[in-house]
Amino acid sequence: MIWVDTIIQGILLGGLYALFAAGLSLVFGIMRLVNLAHGDLIVMGAYLMLVLVTLLGLSPFLAVFIAMPLMFVLGWVLQKFLLNRTLGDDILPPLLVTFGLSIALQNALLEGFSADSQRLPTNALTTASVDVGPITLGVMPLLTFASAVLVIIGLNQLFYRTELGRAFRATSDDATTASLMGIKPANIFATATGIALVIVTIAALYLGLRANFDPNIGPARLIYAFEAVIIGGLGSLWGTLLGGIIIGVAQTVGAAVNPEWQILAGHVAFLVVLLVRPRGLFPRAND
Amino acid sequence: MAYTVTTQTPASRIATILGAILVVVLIVLPFFAGRGTIQDMFFILTMLVLAQFWNLLAGYGGLVSIGQQAFVGMGAYALFGAVILLGLDPVPSILLAGVAALVIAVPTAFFAFRLNGAYFAIGTWVIAEVVRLLVAQWKTLGGGTGTSLPRDATRDMWFVEGIEEMLGVRSAAARDILAYWLALALALATIGGIYWLLRTRRGLALAAVRDNTEAAKSVGVDAARMKWTVFLTSAFGTGLAGGLIYMQKARISPDAAFSVTDWTAYVIFIVVIGGIGTIEGPIIGVLVFFALQALLADFGSWYLMTLGVLAIVIMLIAPRGLWGLLSERTGLHLFPIRRRLSGGQLTTSEE
Repeated sequence: MIWVDTIIQGILLGGLYALFAAGLSLVFGIMRLVNLAHGDLIVMGAYLMLVLVTLLGLSPFLAVFIAMPLMFVLGWVLQKFLLNRTLGDDILPPLLVTFGLSIALQNALLEGFSADSQRLPTNALTTASVDVGPITLGVMPLLTFASAVLVIIGLNQLFYRTELGRAFRATSDDATTASLMGIKPANIFATATGIALVIVTIAALYLGLRANFDPNIGPARLIYAFEAVIIGGLGSLWGTLLGGIIIGVAQTVGAAVNPEWQILAGHVAFLVVLLVRPRGLFPRAND
Repeated sequence: MAYTVTTQTPASRIATILGAILVVVLIVLPFFAGRGTIQDMFFILTMLVLAQFWNLLAGYGGLVSIGQQAFVGMGAYALFGAVILLGLDPVPSILLAGVAALVIAVPTAFFAFRLNGAYFAIGTWVIAEVVRLLVAQWKTLGGGTGTSLPRDATRDMWFVEGIEEMLGVRSAAARDILAYWLALALALATIGGIYWLLRTRRGLALAAVRDNTEAAKSVGVDAARMKWTVFLTSAFGTGLAGGLIYMQKARISPDAAFSVTDWTAYVIFIVVIGGIGTIEGPIIGVLVFFALQALLADFGSWYLMTLGVLAIVIMLIAPRGLWGLLSERTGLHLFPIRRRLSGGQLTTSEE
């Protein structure tokens, strides 16, 4: 029974990793940009909510709705005025610019908030649990997982049911032709990064509620997100969720065997998938 | 008509002479410089070696790795393992450090080459994390908390006694001087070796692959083999540097030896600021880096923030770095690799 419990906890943890990864997957899918500052942006989102919660005395669940538009604007501006200038055939500029951004952001947070661990204030809801048969499930992990599924359904609807989604797909396929049809790729990219940062904010909410965070944990979140995206296959959002689940289950099972193996087990699962299915479980695009 | 193909330029001839003088000055530096200067120079030289190898990977091979700390850490741990477990002298163990890095570079390349471009970058990072986590399980070398080199191993190190007598310094200072000379030798061998490599047929093939992989393949360049060559060479050199750095520190822990900031972020900034894809770039970069560090050392995280922002600005307005700016304006090349044709009769199509 302990094993069933461990695996279910792992699946729910996978929801968190899928939330980390969804924004990364979206941005990569549309503009082939890998944002190395993604993890640090998640951490920044968590600090933004911490500030809102502390200054305005709001519940984190309300603060997230104030943080989302702010993060959208940040993402839009970041893409429009910085990252768009790095896009092109050469892979060096986007990598090096986002890497510089990652280091700058980490140290800005360190300067502003010190290296002390922080946590968003928890209430009865965040510690509550429900009994499902013999297994006890935390409400927070369930909420996280449900949010991940909702985010992915929402993104799929956006992509395939709306005008904006059509513009996303067109720009992704061929930015030059799309611009002949009256689409401005620069703005489409900016909007996509804005949406990615809205998802980052949701991820940050659960990151901050479930565990302590400090300015240095960003890169590790980037790595989990990246692993989930690669396992799932580039461009497949449901694949990303499955990728997150695989990392989550590997980590909880690893931790159950030996607490020191938690992170290692996640990485090993990633390498095994890379070995047998180098293009991920559900490859879509031919990248 | 007699044609000659040259790569030398007047500037490079002057640079060779000045370079030779500089090398002599650097060799005799311990005879008149204090211990602080020697330690600073050791830091500059080892960072220069790491930067040259990363530049070989990213600037020439097009392989942007964020996992160089795997090779620094592996090299360092191999040196500690050789000294503590096998009882070897630290100086020859540096070679083992390079070999150990080479050994883990093979599976790393096998996995990472399955990923393209940006994903290759994060892939190497994941593998570096795996190596760090595995090494932290190695309890005989201190596990997660790390360990130190035994006192008698560092005291009886090769050459140390000779340096003590020759320069009249204490044992600790003699060890720093030894490390400095080894770092100088490694840096010169690295720069010379990379310069030599780039001027051979293989270097030409490498430049072709960098500029256009498909076109290079069409004229018979084995692009995959070039990638392997560059990746393994750079891992070996980075491992040597890692072993040397931790021989001088004499104290190791997995978090420090596999630090992405110290061994990859700094190195990337050095290369980007100085000028990626040139041998001169990392040399300029490491000097700027050291000056900034001396200037901003008291400001903690402001320092790294400045480096990050500087790298972004340089990448956007001058993607070829400081050396690129200078070289564009003046046409100066200290390490020319372009072959130029001279002599013979020029015939133009109009005639």
